[in-house]
Amino acid sequence: MFIVDYFKDVYGAMKSLLVGMNRTGYYFTHHKEIITEEYPDNRDTLKLPERFRGEVVMAHDENNEHACTGCSACELACPNGTIKIINKFDISPEGKKKKAIDTFVYHLELCTMCGLCVDACPTGAINMANTFEHSVFNRGLLTKRLNKPDSKLKAGVE
Amino acid sequence: MFSLESLTTLVQDWLNKTFPPAIALLFEFVIVGVLAIALFAALGLVLVIMERKVAAWIQIRLGPNRVGPKGMFQSAADTVKLIMKEGLTPDGADKFLFNLAPFIVMMVAMLVLAPIGFAKGFHIWDINIGVLYVSAISSVSVIGILMAGWSSNNKYSLLGAMRSGAQMVSYELSVGLSVLSIIVLTGSLNINDIVLSQQNGWWLFKAHIPAVISFVVFIIAVTAETNRAPFDLSEAESELTAGFHTEYSGMKFALFFLAEYINIFIVCAIGATLFLGGWMPFHIGNWEAFNHIMDYIPSFLWFFGKTFFLIFLIMWFRWTFPRLRVDQLLNLEWKYLLPISMVNLIVMTLVAIQGWHF
Repeated sequence: MFIVDYFKDVYGAMKSLLVGMNRTGYYFTHHKEIITEEYPDNRDTLKLPERFRGEVVMAHDENNEHACTGCSACELACPNGTIKIINKFDISPEGKKKKAIDTFVYHLELCTMCGLCVDACPTGAINMANTFEHSVFNRGLLTKRLNKPDSKLKAGVE
Repeated sequence: MFSLESLTTLVQDWLNKTFPPAIALLFEFVIVGVLAIALFAALGLVLVIMERKVAAWIQIRLGPNRVGPKGMFQSAADTVKLIMKEGLTPDGADKFLFNLAPFIVMMVAMLVLAPIGFAKGFHIWDINIGVLYVSAISSVSVIGILMAGWSSNNKYSLLGAMRSGAQMVSYELSVGLSVLSIIVLTGSLNINDIVLSQQNGWWLFKAHIPAVISFVVFIIAVTAETNRAPFDLSEAESELTAGFHTEYSGMKFALFFLAEYINIFIVCAIGATLFLGGWMPFHIGNWEAFNHIMDYIPSFLWFFGKTFFLIFLIMWFRWTFPRLRVDQLLNLEWKYLLPISMVNLIVMTLVAIQGWHF
């Protein structure tokens, strides 16, 4: 019946509004847990989630070795041309030519932190770091070289 | 006991003794004007910081906490910033109306202040049609808003102003009807009489369920009339950037902002006067001892306490409910609030005639 539905509507509306107000009223009266960070003050103790995407970095071990084979899958995966891979050819002791990475150029100023390059990497050479304070005074500083000088491919990574 | 009434009579007597009556009246006008402006400035500062703190606490945030102790001077810093900003007038705008609109909105807010009783014997103008005056003048502010929106020569502003017009015109009805239901009980439009009629208990408790219904309708309609969320369609920042004040900057924007808060204060003051007894302390029937203890709290504290409670309620609404769509907004008014408040008025009349209230 129309009139019954009408009052049901009014009752339901009032009830759901009160449920909502109850929730926010609970938050208002329990002002202990704060979900925001007081950022510049707690810089030392700041804990970011593990999957936070700050910038692309290449992991090097203690022997200055990385896992990048120079396959340029990340360069192809990048939607806005952030990554540029320059390869060189190493001559192995047997006299064979072998493709290796010379420079891994990473344009931080173009990066949207989508993480597609990390997903595309077949050897897990690059990953997303938690750092996020990227401001610099010179734009050129944002173009980074990810592989360290004189680093070489880890043995056993193809 | 401290009372503001003795203070005002003291000032009036002194002025009348020292100056001729005409000059004394002039001085009184000036004093009242200065006090009104001071109240506005204080309210603007307090309500803005209160709104931001309430919002933060409801959203499990800290809120402003940099300027002054616990961020209490944040709104003062904001005001200084707004004063120093350029008040731009767009090229395509109707310059005269564009610059006039904020002042109209502000003047309406000032005029409505006149009949409100702040404490026992402390009001600017004790007229016998107080409530009618308030409801008549407060609907003028829609002209200021329409003027602002239309003269801006901006589609967002025009849309916001039109929405605001439709909203205010329709919600005025429910406000009027719920106010009427209290007028039926008191039989007087004078705000002082309404407060005095609540000597033995507030109308919210004395007149049973009809008063509660009209209180709920009043609060909902008043939230819509002051263009507050969840009824902030006229400025809906996600759709219209800022609605009718999109093109305003600097102090002219601040006047709109201030007028919004002053309007909230005024409607809450009216609500507190009608339903919660205005400056009347909390009395229960004829419990003489209890009533005397309550009388020791000064009446202006009661008034501001009740008003700020209602303001907090409206802020609570804003940070809890999502915004309504235009059709939902008009449905709510014409299909729900208006019929309910009409029936409620009839029930209330019956209650008043039969004397079923306390």
